[in-house]
Amino acid sequence: MATRTAKVIDWLDDRAGLLSVWNSVFDRKVPKVNWWYTLGSATLFVAMMQAATGVFLSIYYIPTPEEAYSSIDYIMNDVAFGWLVRGIHHWGATLMVILVFLHMLRVFYYGAYKYPREVTWLTGVVLFLVTMGLGFTGYLLPWNQRSYWATAVGSSILGTVPIVGDFLLRVMRGGDDLTILTLSRFYGVHIWFLPASLFGLMGVHLYLVIRNGISYVPRRDE
Amino acid sequence: MPKKSDYMISRRGFVGGVVGLVGTVISAVVGLPVIGYVVSPALKKGAEEEWITLGPVSALEPGIPAPFTFSQMKEVGWRRARISQTVYAVTDGSGNVTVFSDACTHLSCKVHWEEGRGAFICPCHDGLFDTEGKVVSGPPPKPLYSFQTQIENDQLMILVEG
Ligand code: HEM
Ligand code: FES
Repeated sequence: MATRTAKVIDWLDDRAGLLSVWNSVFDRKVPKVNWWYTLGSATLFVAMMQAATGVFLSIYYIPTPEEAYSSIDYIMNDVAFGWLVRGIHHWGATLMVILVFLHMLRVFYYGAYKYPREVTWLTGVVLFLVTMGLGFTGYLLPWNQRSYWATAVGSSILGTVPIVGDFLLRVMRGGDDLTILTLSRFYGVHIWFLPASLFGLMGVHLYLVIRNGISYVPRRDE
Repeated sequence: MPKKSDYMISRRGFVGGVVGLVGTVISAVVGLPVIGYVVSPALKKGAEEEWITLGPVSALEPGIPAPFTFSQMKEVGWRRARISQTVYAVTDGSGNVTVFSDACTHLSCKVHWEEGRGAFICPCHDGLFDTEGKVVSGPPPKPLYSFQTQIENDQLMILVEG
Protein backbone atom coordinates (compact mmCIF):
# COMPACT_ATOMS: atom_id res chain seq x y z
CA MET A 1 0.00 0.00 0.00
CA ALA A 2 1.58 3.20 -1.15
CA THR A 3 1.28 5.95 1.42
CA ARG A 4 0.77 9.52 0.40
CA THR A 5 4.42 10.41 1.09
CA ALA A 6 5.65 7.47 -0.95
CA LYS A 7 3.44 8.61 -3.81
CA VAL A 8 4.86 12.12 -3.68
CA ILE A 9 8.40 10.73 -3.64
CA ASP A 10 7.59 8.45 -6.57
CA TRP A 11 6.10 11.31 -8.52
CA LEU A 12 9.13 13.46 -7.89
CA ASP A 13 11.65 10.70 -8.59
CA ASP A 14 9.92 9.93 -11.89
CA ARG A 15 10.67 13.50 -12.97
CA ALA A 16 13.94 14.33 -11.18
CA GLY A 17 15.64 10.95 -10.70
CA LEU A 18 16.92 12.01 -7.29
CA LEU A 19 16.49 8.63 -5.64
CA SER A 20 19.53 7.14 -7.37
CA VAL A 21 21.62 10.10 -6.19
CA TRP A 22 20.23 9.71 -2.66
CA ASN A 23 20.99 6.00 -2.69
CA SER A 24 24.55 6.33 -3.92
CA VAL A 25 25.27 8.96 -1.28
CA PHE A 26 23.51 7.49 1.75
CA ASP A 27 23.01 3.84 0.88
CA ARG A 28 26.47 2.91 -0.37
CA LYS A 29 28.48 0.01 0.97
CA VAL A 30 31.15 0.86 3.52
CA PRO A 31 33.62 -1.43 5.30
CA LYS A 32 33.42 -1.81 9.07
CA VAL A 33 35.19 1.30 10.26
CA ASN A 34 35.67 3.27 13.46
CA TRP A 35 34.98 6.71 14.91
CA TRP A 36 38.02 8.29 13.27
CA TYR A 37 36.11 8.00 10.01
CA THR A 38 33.55 10.54 11.19
CA LEU A 39 36.04 13.42 11.19
CA GLY A 40 35.45 14.27 7.52
CA SER A 41 31.70 14.51 8.03
CA ALA A 42 32.22 16.47 11.24
CA THR A 43 34.29 18.97 9.25
CA LEU A 44 31.55 19.14 6.65
CA PHE A 45 28.91 19.99 9.26
CA VAL A 46 31.05 22.64 10.91
CA ALA A 47 31.72 24.11 7.46
CA MET A 48 27.97 24.38 6.86
CA MET A 49 27.50 25.99 10.27
CA GLN A 50 30.20 28.52 9.45
CA ALA A 51 28.52 29.33 6.15
CA ALA A 52 25.12 29.80 7.79
CA THR A 53 26.30 31.90 10.75
CA GLY A 54 28.66 33.87 8.50
CA VAL A 55 25.82 34.85 6.18
CA PHE A 56 23.83 36.09 9.17
CA LEU A 57 26.79 38.03 10.57
CA SER A 58 27.12 39.83 7.26
CA ILE A 59 23.77 41.59 7.67
CA TYR A 60 25.15 43.71 10.56
CA TYR A 61 28.91 43.65 10.15
CA ILE A 62 30.47 46.60 8.25
CA PRO A 63 34.07 46.17 6.98
CA THR A 64 35.54 49.63 7.64
CA PRO A 65 38.03 50.71 10.32
CA GLU A 66 35.40 53.03 11.83
CA GLU A 67 32.50 50.59 11.87
CA ALA A 68 33.97 47.07 12.11
CA TYR A 69 34.54 46.96 15.84
CA SER A 70 31.35 48.81 16.76
CA SER A 71 29.19 46.72 14.45
CA ILE A 72 30.48 43.55 16.11
CA ASP A 73 29.95 45.16 19.50
CA TYR A 74 26.36 45.79 18.44
CA ILE A 75 25.92 42.16 17.34
CA MET A 76 27.28 40.95 20.69
CA ASN A 77 25.36 43.27 22.99
CA ASP A 78 22.21 44.54 21.29
CA VAL A 79 21.06 42.08 18.64
CA ALA A 80 18.92 39.24 19.99
CA PHE A 81 21.03 36.05 19.97
CA GLY A 82 23.83 37.99 18.30
CA TRP A 83 26.22 36.54 20.89
CA LEU A 84 25.10 33.07 19.84
CA VAL A 85 25.47 33.58 16.10
CA ARG A 86 28.86 35.21 16.53
CA GLY A 87 29.92 32.71 19.19
CA ILE A 88 29.21 29.77 16.91
CA HIS A 89 31.11 31.38 14.06
CA HIS A 90 34.01 32.32 16.34
CA TRP A 91 34.46 28.94 18.04
CA GLY A 92 33.43 27.02 14.93
CA ALA A 93 36.42 28.54 13.13
CA THR A 94 38.84 27.04 15.63
CA LEU A 95 36.95 23.77 15.73
CA MET A 96 37.03 23.48 11.96
CA VAL A 97 40.81 23.89 11.81
CA ILE A 98 41.21 21.21 14.49
CA LEU A 99 38.81 18.83 12.75
CA VAL A 100 40.35 19.24 9.29
CA PHE A 101 43.74 18.58 10.78
CA LEU A 102 42.64 15.46 12.70
CA HIS A 103 40.83 14.20 9.59
CA MET A 104 44.03 14.66 7.61
CA LEU A 105 46.04 12.80 10.26
CA ARG A 106 43.53 9.94 10.20
CA VAL A 107 43.86 9.64 6.42
CA PHE A 108 47.64 9.82 6.70
CA TYR A 109 48.10 7.22 9.44
CA TYR A 110 45.71 4.77 7.77
CA GLY A 111 47.49 5.25 4.44
CA ALA A 112 44.08 6.09 2.94
CA TYR A 113 45.75 8.54 0.53
CA LYS A 114 47.15 5.66 -1.59
CA TYR A 115 45.86 4.44 -4.96
CA PRO A 116 43.11 5.10 -6.03
CA ARG A 117 42.60 7.99 -3.59
CA GLU A 118 45.52 10.28 -4.49
CA VAL A 119 43.26 12.88 -6.07
CA THR A 120 41.02 12.85 -2.99
CA TRP A 121 44.14 13.61 -0.95
CA LEU A 122 45.19 16.42 -3.30
CA THR A 123 41.79 18.11 -3.12
CA GLY A 124 42.07 17.62 0.64
CA VAL A 125 45.36 19.50 0.75
CA VAL A 126 43.74 22.45 -1.01
CA LEU A 127 40.74 22.24 1.38
CA PHE A 128 43.19 22.41 4.27
CA LEU A 129 44.87 25.51 2.82
CA VAL A 130 41.50 27.15 2.12
CA THR A 131 40.45 26.48 5.72
CA MET A 132 43.65 28.13 6.99
CA GLY A 133 43.02 31.05 4.65
CA LEU A 134 39.51 31.48 6.05
CA GLY A 135 40.94 31.54 9.55
CA PHE A 136 43.58 34.09 8.60
CA THR A 137 41.26 36.49 6.75
CA GLY A 138 38.46 36.16 9.31
CA TYR A 139 40.79 37.03 12.17
CA LEU A 140 41.29 40.58 10.91
CA LEU A 141 37.60 41.43 10.61
CA PRO A 142 36.91 42.52 14.26
CA TRP A 143 39.65 45.15 13.72
CA ASN A 144 40.78 45.13 17.35
CA GLN A 145 44.37 45.31 18.57
CA ARG A 146 44.83 41.58 18.47
CA SER A 147 43.48 41.13 14.96
CA TYR A 148 45.33 44.17 13.66
CA TRP A 149 48.73 43.02 14.92
CA ALA A 150 48.16 39.39 14.03
CA THR A 151 47.55 40.49 10.46
CA ALA A 152 50.51 42.90 10.53
CA VAL A 153 52.76 40.01 11.54
CA GLY A 154 51.08 37.44 9.30
CA SER A 155 51.31 39.59 6.20
CA SER A 156 54.93 40.50 7.00
CA ILE A 157 55.76 36.81 6.82
CA LEU A 158 54.65 36.92 3.18
CA GLY A 159 57.04 39.87 2.80
CA THR A 160 60.02 37.63 3.60
CA VAL A 161 59.62 35.67 0.34
CA PRO A 162 62.79 36.32 -1.73
CA ILE A 163 62.59 38.97 -4.49
CA VAL A 164 58.78 39.19 -4.93
CA GLY A 165 57.98 39.24 -1.18
CA ASP A 166 57.57 42.99 -0.94
CA PHE A 167 55.26 43.05 -3.93
CA LEU A 168 53.13 40.17 -2.58
CA LEU A 169 52.91 41.94 0.77
CA ARG A 170 51.62 45.08 -0.91
CA VAL A 171 49.11 43.12 -2.94
CA MET A 172 47.84 41.39 0.18
CA ARG A 173 47.54 44.65 2.12
CA GLY A 174 46.42 46.75 -0.83
CA GLY A 175 49.32 49.14 -0.15
CA ASP A 176 52.10 49.62 2.40
CA ASP A 177 50.00 49.71 5.55
CA LEU A 178 46.98 48.00 7.05
CA THR A 179 44.15 50.28 5.99
CA ILE A 180 40.55 50.21 4.90
CA LEU A 181 41.80 48.66 1.65
CA THR A 182 43.26 45.73 3.60
CA LEU A 183 40.06 45.25 5.57
CA SER A 184 37.80 45.33 2.54
CA ARG A 185 39.88 42.90 0.52
CA PHE A 186 40.19 40.52 3.46
CA TYR A 187 36.41 40.72 3.82
CA GLY A 188 35.83 39.96 0.14
CA VAL A 189 38.23 37.03 0.26
CA HIS A 190 36.72 35.77 3.52
CA ILE A 191 33.09 35.82 2.44
CA TRP A 192 33.35 35.06 -1.31
CA PHE A 193 36.59 33.77 -2.76
CA LEU A 194 37.41 31.20 -0.09
CA PRO A 195 33.92 29.90 0.78
CA ALA A 196 33.15 29.51 -2.94
CA SER A 197 36.38 27.52 -3.40
CA LEU A 198 35.69 25.56 -0.22
CA PHE A 199 32.23 24.39 -1.19
CA GLY A 200 33.22 23.72 -4.80
CA LEU A 201 36.16 21.62 -3.66
CA MET A 202 34.14 19.83 -1.00
CA GLY A 203 31.81 18.74 -3.79
CA VAL A 204 34.72 17.27 -5.76
CA HIS A 205 36.21 15.75 -2.59
CA LEU A 206 32.96 14.02 -1.66
CA TYR A 207 32.32 12.89 -5.22
CA LEU A 208 35.71 11.17 -5.14
CA VAL A 209 35.09 9.66 -1.69
CA ILE A 210 31.83 8.15 -2.93
CA ARG A 211 33.21 7.12 -6.32
CA ASN A 212 36.21 5.29 -4.79
CA GLY A 213 34.50 4.04 -1.66
CA ILE A 214 35.89 4.36 1.86
CA SER A 215 39.11 2.52 2.58
CA TYR A 216 39.06 -0.19 5.25
CA VAL A 217 41.01 0.02 8.51
CA PRO A 218 44.50 -1.33 7.73
CA ARG A 219 45.42 -4.53 9.52
CA ARG A 220 48.46 -4.95 11.72
CA ASP A 221 50.43 -7.06 9.20
CA GLU A 222 49.88 -4.65 6.28
CA MET B 1 44.24 11.82 -54.55
CA PRO B 2 43.71 12.71 -50.84
CA LYS B 3 40.36 11.80 -49.39
CA LYS B 4 38.08 14.58 -48.34
CA SER B 5 38.36 13.58 -44.68
CA ASP B 6 42.15 14.04 -44.73
CA TYR B 7 42.11 17.80 -44.95
CA MET B 8 38.65 18.77 -43.87
CA ILE B 9 37.87 19.20 -40.23
CA SER B 10 34.68 17.56 -39.12
CA ARG B 11 31.61 19.51 -38.12
CA ARG B 12 32.16 18.30 -34.53
CA GLY B 13 35.80 19.38 -34.56
CA PHE B 14 34.87 22.79 -35.93
CA VAL B 15 32.19 23.47 -33.31
CA GLY B 16 34.53 22.25 -30.56
CA GLY B 17 37.27 24.56 -31.79
CA VAL B 18 34.97 27.56 -31.98
CA VAL B 19 33.62 26.98 -28.46
CA GLY B 20 37.18 26.65 -27.17
CA LEU B 21 38.29 29.80 -28.96
CA VAL B 22 35.33 31.91 -27.81
CA GLY B 23 35.79 30.60 -24.27
CA THR B 24 39.47 31.54 -24.29
CA VAL B 25 38.75 35.02 -25.62
CA ILE B 26 36.04 35.66 -23.01
CA SER B 27 38.26 34.39 -20.18
CA ALA B 28 41.15 36.57 -21.35
CA VAL B 29 38.98 39.68 -21.76
CA VAL B 30 37.64 39.31 -18.21
CA GLY B 31 40.57 37.57 -16.54
CA LEU B 32 43.53 39.71 -17.56
CA PRO B 33 42.04 43.09 -16.53
CA VAL B 34 41.00 41.54 -13.21
CA ILE B 35 44.67 40.92 -12.39
CA GLY B 36 45.30 44.64 -12.74
CA TYR B 37 42.13 45.36 -10.76
CA VAL B 38 43.36 43.36 -7.77
CA VAL B 39 46.99 44.47 -7.89
CA SER B 40 46.58 48.19 -8.63
CA PRO B 41 46.64 49.59 -5.04
CA ALA B 42 49.94 47.77 -4.55
CA LEU B 43 51.54 49.53 -7.51
CA LYS B 44 50.57 53.05 -6.42
CA LYS B 45 53.61 55.18 -5.68
CA GLY B 46 53.65 57.01 -2.35
CA ALA B 47 53.92 60.82 -2.23
CA GLU B 48 57.28 62.66 -2.09
CA GLU B 49 59.45 62.27 1.01
CA GLU B 50 59.06 65.13 3.46
CA TRP B 51 60.93 66.65 6.38
CA ILE B 52 59.08 66.40 9.71
CA THR B 53 60.06 68.51 12.71
CA LEU B 54 60.12 66.52 15.94
CA GLY B 55 61.27 68.99 18.63
CA PRO B 56 64.26 70.54 20.38
CA VAL B 57 67.46 68.49 20.51
CA SER B 58 68.46 70.17 23.79
CA ALA B 59 65.61 68.44 25.57
CA LEU B 60 67.10 65.00 24.87
CA GLU B 61 68.88 63.23 27.70
CA PRO B 62 72.05 61.45 26.50
CA GLY B 63 71.62 57.69 26.21
CA ILE B 64 67.88 57.74 26.85
CA PRO B 65 65.69 57.37 23.76
CA ALA B 66 62.72 59.72 23.75
CA PRO B 67 59.51 58.99 21.82
CA PHE B 68 58.06 61.49 19.34
CA THR B 69 54.69 60.97 17.72
CA PHE B 70 53.64 62.78 14.56
CA SER B 71 50.98 62.26 11.96
CA GLN B 72 50.75 62.67 8.22
CA MET B 73 47.79 62.85 5.89
CA LYS B 74 48.04 59.93 3.51
CA GLU B 75 45.99 58.93 0.53
CA VAL B 76 44.32 55.59 1.23
CA GLY B 77 42.22 54.44 -1.68
CA TRP B 78 39.42 56.99 -2.13
CA ARG B 79 40.01 58.82 1.12
CA ARG B 80 42.71 60.76 2.91
CA ALA B 81 43.51 59.40 6.33
CA ARG B 82 45.60 60.75 9.19
CA ILE B 83 48.25 58.14 9.93
CA SER B 84 50.40 58.62 13.01
CA GLN B 85 53.76 57.16 13.71
CA THR B 86 56.12 57.08 16.69
CA VAL B 87 59.89 57.37 16.42
CA TYR B 88 62.64 57.36 19.06
CA ALA B 89 65.39 59.98 19.16
CA VAL B 90 68.57 59.32 21.11
CA THR B 91 71.72 61.40 21.52
CA ASP B 92 75.13 60.18 22.66
CA GLY B 93 75.92 63.49 24.40
CA SER B 94 78.52 64.66 21.88
CA GLY B 95 76.05 66.04 19.36
CA ASN B 96 75.22 62.86 17.44
CA VAL B 97 71.49 62.25 17.23
CA THR B 98 69.93 59.09 15.85
CA VAL B 99 66.24 58.67 15.22
CA PHE B 100 64.85 55.13 15.04
CA SER B 101 61.65 53.87 13.54
CA ASP B 102 59.59 51.87 16.04
CA ALA B 103 58.83 49.19 13.45
CA CYS B 104 60.41 45.92 14.49
CA THR B 105 62.61 44.54 11.71
CA HIS B 106 61.33 41.04 12.36
CA LEU B 107 57.64 41.13 11.39
CA SER B 108 56.74 44.80 11.83
CA CYS B 109 55.23 44.98 15.34
CA LYS B 110 55.93 48.20 17.26
CA VAL B 111 58.90 48.30 19.63
CA HIS B 112 58.90 50.53 22.71
CA TRP B 113 61.73 51.77 24.92
CA GLU B 114 61.76 50.10 28.30
CA GLU B 115 63.76 52.12 30.80
CA GLY B 116 64.12 49.27 33.32
CA ARG B 117 65.80 46.93 30.84
CA GLY B 118 67.59 49.64 28.91
CA ALA B 119 66.38 48.26 25.61
CA PHE B 120 63.82 48.58 22.88
CA ILE B 121 61.45 45.69 23.32
CA CYS B 122 59.16 44.12 20.78
CA PRO B 123 56.13 42.51 22.42
CA CYS B 124 55.43 40.10 19.58
CA HIS B 125 58.38 37.68 19.77
CA ASP B 126 60.62 39.30 22.36
CA GLY B 127 63.01 41.05 20.01
CA LEU B 128 65.47 43.26 21.92
CA PHE B 129 67.43 46.22 20.48
CA ASP B 130 70.01 48.44 22.23
CA THR B 131 70.27 52.26 22.17
CA GLU B 132 72.18 52.04 18.89
CA GLY B 133 69.32 50.08 17.37
CA LYS B 134 71.40 46.90 17.18
CA VAL B 135 69.77 43.54 17.81
CA VAL B 136 70.58 42.22 21.30
CA SER B 137 68.45 39.08 21.22
CA GLY B 138 65.40 37.55 19.64
CA PRO B 139 64.44 36.88 16.03
CA PRO B 140 64.89 40.33 14.37
CA PRO B 141 67.37 39.97 11.47
CA LYS B 142 68.41 43.62 11.13
CA PRO B 143 69.00 46.67 13.35
CA LEU B 144 66.19 49.21 13.71
CA TYR B 145 65.75 51.49 10.74
CA SER B 146 67.21 54.97 11.40
CA PHE B 147 65.99 58.07 9.59
CA GLN B 148 68.05 60.70 7.84
CA THR B 149 68.21 63.62 10.30
CA GLN B 150 68.84 67.35 10.20
CA ILE B 151 69.07 69.93 12.97
CA GLU B 152 68.07 73.56 12.45
CA ASN B 153 68.01 76.05 15.36
CA ASP B 154 67.97 73.17 17.83
CA GLN B 155 64.95 71.65 16.07
CA LEU B 156 65.37 67.98 15.19
CA MET B 157 63.97 66.97 11.78
CA ILE B 158 63.72 63.65 9.98
CA LEU B 159 63.07 62.66 6.40
CA VAL B 160 60.06 60.35 6.07
CA GLU B 161 58.05 58.82 3.24
CA GLY B 162 55.04 60.87 2.20
C1 HEM C 1 37.06 21.32 4.60
C2 HEM C 1 37.66 20.24 4.72
C3 HEM C 1 37.25 18.77 4.50
C4 HEM C 1 36.01 18.20 4.47
C5 HEM C 1 34.65 18.88 4.66
C6 HEM C 1 36.23 16.78 4.21
C7 HEM C 1 35.23 15.81 4.13
C8 HEM C 1 35.44 14.46 3.98
C9 HEM C 1 34.47 13.41 4.22
C10 HEM C 1 33.02 13.65 4.66
C11 HEM C 1 35.09 12.20 3.97
C12 HEM C 1 34.51 10.78 4.13
C13 HEM C 1 34.54 10.26 5.55
C14 HEM C 1 35.91 10.23 6.21
O1 HEM C 1 36.78 9.50 5.77
O2 HEM C 1 36.09 10.94 7.24
C15 HEM C 1 36.44 12.49 3.55
C16 HEM C 1 37.39 11.53 3.15
C17 HEM C 1 38.71 11.80 2.75
N1 HEM C 1 39.40 13.00 2.92
FE1 HEM C 1 38.49 14.75 3.48
N2 HEM C 1 37.58 16.54 4.07
C18 HEM C 1 38.25 17.74 4.25
C19 HEM C 1 39.64 17.92 4.23
C20 HEM C 1 40.60 16.95 3.88
C21 HEM C 1 42.04 17.11 3.96
C22 HEM C 1 42.73 18.37 4.51
C23 HEM C 1 42.60 15.95 3.48
C24 HEM C 1 44.07 15.60 3.30
C25 HEM C 1 45.00 16.37 2.88
C26 HEM C 1 41.54 15.05 3.11
C27 HEM C 1 41.70 13.80 2.52
C28 HEM C 1 40.68 12.85 2.45
C29 HEM C 1 40.84 11.51 1.90
C30 HEM C 1 42.11 10.91 1.21
C31 HEM C 1 39.60 10.85 2.09
C32 HEM C 1 39.25 9.39 1.72
C33 HEM C 1 39.46 8.56 2.94
C34 HEM C 1 39.08 7.11 2.74
O3 HEM C 1 38.56 6.74 1.67
O4 HEM C 1 39.35 6.33 3.68
N3 HEM C 1 40.34 15.68 3.38
N4 HEM C 1 36.64 13.87 3.57
S1 FES D 1 57.83 41.27 15.23
FE1 FES D 1 59.27 42.02 16.65
S2 FES D 1 60.15 40.22 17.40
FE2 FES D 1 58.75 39.46 15.91
